[in-house]
Amino acid sequence: MIKDITIGQFFPGKSPVHRMDPRVKIVLTMVFIIMLFVADKIWGLLIGIAFTVFAYAISRIPGKMILKCLKPIVPIIIFTAVLNLFFIRTGKKLFEAGFILITDDGVNTAVFMVVRIICLIVGTSLLTYTTSPIDLTDAIERLLSPLKLIKVPVHELAMMMTIALRFIPTLIEETDKIMSAQKARGADMETGSIVKRARALVPVLIPLFVSSFRRAEELALAMECRCYHGGEGRTRMKQLKVSCVDFVAVAVTVVFFAGIIVINHLV
Amino acid sequence: MAVIKTENLSYVYGEGTPFRKIAVDNVNIEIEEGEFVGVIGHTGSGKSTLIQHFNGLLRPTSGKVFVDGEELWKDKSKLRALRFKVGLVFQYPEYQLFEETVYKDIAFGPTNMGLSRDEIDRRVRETARMVGLSPSLLEKSPFDLSGGQKRRVAIAGVMAMEPKVLILDEPASGLDPKGREQILGLIRDYHKTTRNTILLISHSMEDVAKHSSKILVMNNAQVFCYDTPQRVFHRANELEQMGLAVPQITRVFNRLKARGISIDEDVYTVDFGRKLLLERLKKE
Repeated sequence: MIKDITIGQFFPGKSPVHRMDPRVKIVLTMVFIIMLFVADKIWGLLIGIAFTVFAYAISRIPGKMILKCLKPIVPIIIFTAVLNLFFIRTGKKLFEAGFILITDDGVNTAVFMVVRIICLIVGTSLLTYTTSPIDLTDAIERLLSPLKLIKVPVHELAMMMTIALRFIPTLIEETDKIMSAQKARGADMETGSIVKRARALVPVLIPLFVSSFRRAEELALAMECRCYHGGEGRTRMKQLKVSCVDFVAVAVTVVFFAGIIVINHLV
Repeated sequence: MAVIKTENLSYVYGEGTPFRKIAVDNVNIEIEEGEFVGVIGHTGSGKSTLIQHFNGLLRPTSGKVFVDGEELWKDKSKLRALRFKVGLVFQYPEYQLFEETVYKDIAFGPTNMGLSRDEIDRRVRETARMVGLSPSLLEKSPFDLSGGQKRRVAIAGVMAMEPKVLILDEPASGLDPKGREQILGLIRDYHKTTRNTILLISHSMEDVAKHSSKILVMNNAQVFCYDTPQRVFHRANELEQMGLAVPQITRVFNRLKARGISIDEDVYTVDFGRKLLLERLKKE
């Protein structure tokens, strides 16, 4: 059923990673991405893997979640591996048959890229696993707030995102209800050609649009009734605060990063 | 013959997750043809989930559902045809309107049934008249109508399919007293003229008492009882314990009994109560 779709992948918990300031988490995730691309020796990459595993271990996210986030990118992983394996023609020859030529450089790069992509996805997924969508938008708003100086409507964008996130479950429920109602009137959404099925969605989409507009109007009115007038001078109930955990996290990341740079130069 | 029958019907939400919840628990029920059944039960008692099984919108976790003697889900290709036998009007049905004109919206169900144009036209005009929509409204956009009118268009959309069983989930909620009376009145008239089976979910004990020939009480995902209004409201104490009320007039008469005025019968409609009291006063 449509209700089974999970939006966002937040996994509530009380681990140190969960308790970190979302702003720090976002920044460290970016540092982590840079780290993976700075590492160009195998030992450096191993440190990257170690960092990912370490982060997952202390966040107590179950291991099967790692597999879950990798599932959608399997085609990309395979594509990258194949591309690197067959199209890099430098280095020692390992195998040749007709126009196929596999070299040790090719194998190296292929493995390197695959490991890098996996680490990238798994590592960044940790951010969404341990941070609620609302905290994320909050943090993004704060991180982007300097852009206000060049007249970017940061608060409005963040508010739009928050509202969108808040209404996703509501809309799913509504879609479910309307679909049931139309099915009860004999609408057939499961069989027929693509064109027929697309047309069968009209009786669902129109009521959905109508109710979305109605909801938007009601929400706008409710917000105005509570004197909402944009982000200026607005205070927050939940203040973001950098605490002890964040300093430790930054320190750990710096140590790993330094390790990678040192290894790059030594080996 | 029972038009709707269930055998050990159970339904579980979110099987295999921490959110597992039994919504319908081992329900065995037989609803006879032509019955007007009032369905009551407090919020979350499983009544909405139960009725969605009657036309195959939900697939039972275990157990069987029979409509008109045929088992739903036995042959999936037949499901759609069986679905036309049981019309389901959801709560706030006006939110499902989508066509350009009222006429087209009422015709949506019959068109899906693959009927001829003349037959569709006849049904649309007939049901529109039955729910009290004037012919001039048929060419209007459903979005231009008033709330009560929209509700009636939506109900007409299901009635036009001429189902053997019509199920309505709180058809009068959110309407003013006049609108309520109108909707319930048209359902009663529909029942009188077609003699089709009706299932009416309602929170108003007065409405249920006034219209139904049988009452189905749901409690904690199970059928608490399925009986005539008289026998159901006789168990006032049990009903109140599960957070349901009995009609106000029944409460009045129960108080009278408690004060030592002997009244033999259970009273659940005002008309009947008045008759009883008048007879008694005449005797004295």
